[in-house]
Amino acid sequence: MKIAEALQIVSRTHPGMVRAHNEDSIGVEAMCGLVVLADGMGGYNAGEVASGIAVSVMATEIAQRLQHANPIDLDAASHEELAVALLRANIQKANTSIFHASQSQPQYAGMGTTIVAGLFYDNRVAVGHVGDSRMYRLRDEKLAAVTRDHSLLQEQIDSGMISVEDARFSKNKNLVTRAVGVDAQVIPEIHVHEVRVGDIYLLCSDGLNDMVTDQDIEAVLYSMQGNLPLAAEQLIQMANDNGGRDNVSVMLVKVLGDFSEPRNWRTKLLDWFKK
Amino acid sequence: MAAKLMLGMDGAHIKDYPLSKERMTIGRKASNDIVIDNLAISGEHAAIITILHDSFLEDLDSTNGLSVNGVPTKKHFLQNNDVIEIGKHTLKYVNDQMSQTSAADFEKTMVLREPVKTAVSPVEITEPAAGFTQTQIIPNTPVSPAAERTGKLEQASAAVRLAVVQILTGPNAGKELELVKNLTTLGKPGLQVAVLARRPHGFFITHVEGATFPLVNGQPLSEQPRQLNDHDLIDLAGVKMEFYFKS
Repeated sequence: MKIAEALQIVSRTHPGMVRAHNEDSIGVEAMCGLVVLADGMGGYNAGEVASGIAVSVMATEIAQRLQHANPIDLDAASHEELAVALLRANIQKANTSIFHASQSQPQYAGMGTTIVAGLFYDNRVAVGHVGDSRMYRLRDEKLAAVTRDHSLLQEQIDSGMISVEDARFSKNKNLVTRAVGVDAQVIPEIHVHEVRVGDIYLLCSDGLNDMVTDQDIEAVLYSMQGNLPLAAEQLIQMANDNGGRDNVSVMLVKVLGDFSEPRNWRTKLLDWFKK
Repeated sequence: MAAKLMLGMDGAHIKDYPLSKERMTIGRKASNDIVIDNLAISGEHAAIITILHDSFLEDLDSTNGLSVNGVPTKKHFLQNNDVIEIGKHTLKYVNDQMSQTSAADFEKTMVLREPVKTAVSPVEITEPAAGFTQTQIIPNTPVSPAAERTGKLEQASAAVRLAVVQILTGPNAGKELELVKNLTTLGKPGLQVAVLARRPHGFFITHVEGATFPLVNGQPLSEQPRQLNDHDLIDLAGVKMEFYFKS
């Protein structure tokens, strides 16, 4: 199955109930199975600018490269799969663009963004992220976190200083320890996970998971798995009902069918001739 | 003002200790930051670790232990107005950070450039200069410490009365379903599903999937959610049920 047919992708973004601006940006490249979400920060409209740059760099560069290349090919420079190499290289490229913009234009000084991106290929997903925007997965009725925040709070949880239950009461919730565009260099975290038919992946900004508990997210994704647009709207509505103090963005990716890459010599040869 | 500990005994207030260092120790020996000269207190009894706005209490393997709000504990994430009991003394933790700053400030994602090594005063972690001029809508009502403590996530739902769906027909007739969750699923995903959503201003029924749309008082639902009133009759694929509020 072609990647565009194997995935159903629905996304929604909302400024929330308090903020005047929406500093979140989202991007979908259905033809190559790419979803990107970024949550910007900075004064004036700098947050929007930073997250907008990050999403457009990722979407255009990766889509363009994958027109003539296969994500399972090995990248010549890094000897990784191209899918992984592309995520890493383009998060770094977005970092450079944002950093340069913030250095050269005073109104953009100090801007930055979080990012979470999923590139679906060959019955797998390569996930790259920086900061506290998250990816979750619903499989067999259970919600699991795919990413781990780069935040002070997560570090405190990891060191055993604070329990996951208590973390909701922390006043240090929104301090990220890594962001795109604030320094000359960034180290994205990238992992590859296997994907099953029926899985639902959720990408979200912290405006969702700060306002809605994981149990409620799980309940929505499970009961509304047959109607993704409704599920996306329900999640945003719940965040806003609970106060909506930040911008809320959700992207849902449902795996409808198998999308493994052909590997036998005959199809490879045919592919080769087609190029 | 930063957080502080108020030392007291038998209800009388003795002294305030601002939490000015990343790690402060409590004990009988003079080397501690908070010295309590009493034989029930170990030489080094406990420590308080403060990182930005959060403080953590840790028992340093003391002989007599300690408790917070009456519950014995080894390790505790301190919340405003917690009372630490140590021997006959009490230490009240006061952190009025939330009332000093608008709630919006705490929702704003900020970058922490360096790992926290020493105690950092909250002033040093601020937005870049441009951040101050950003248009912000600050809610009129500051978040009260009490609401903070119980968790904001329950705030909205607590306002709604308890409601029940009683099944009237079919094999489960007579069963009552209390709508205690924010989202209650009726039916089975993949076949026929409707959800009952609990929102701050009431309960809503929404058709999710399936060929037949549920009926409310004989009227089929549209694609839109519909608010439920007391004693509404729901018909979901032939199974009748009644929605009502519990007094």
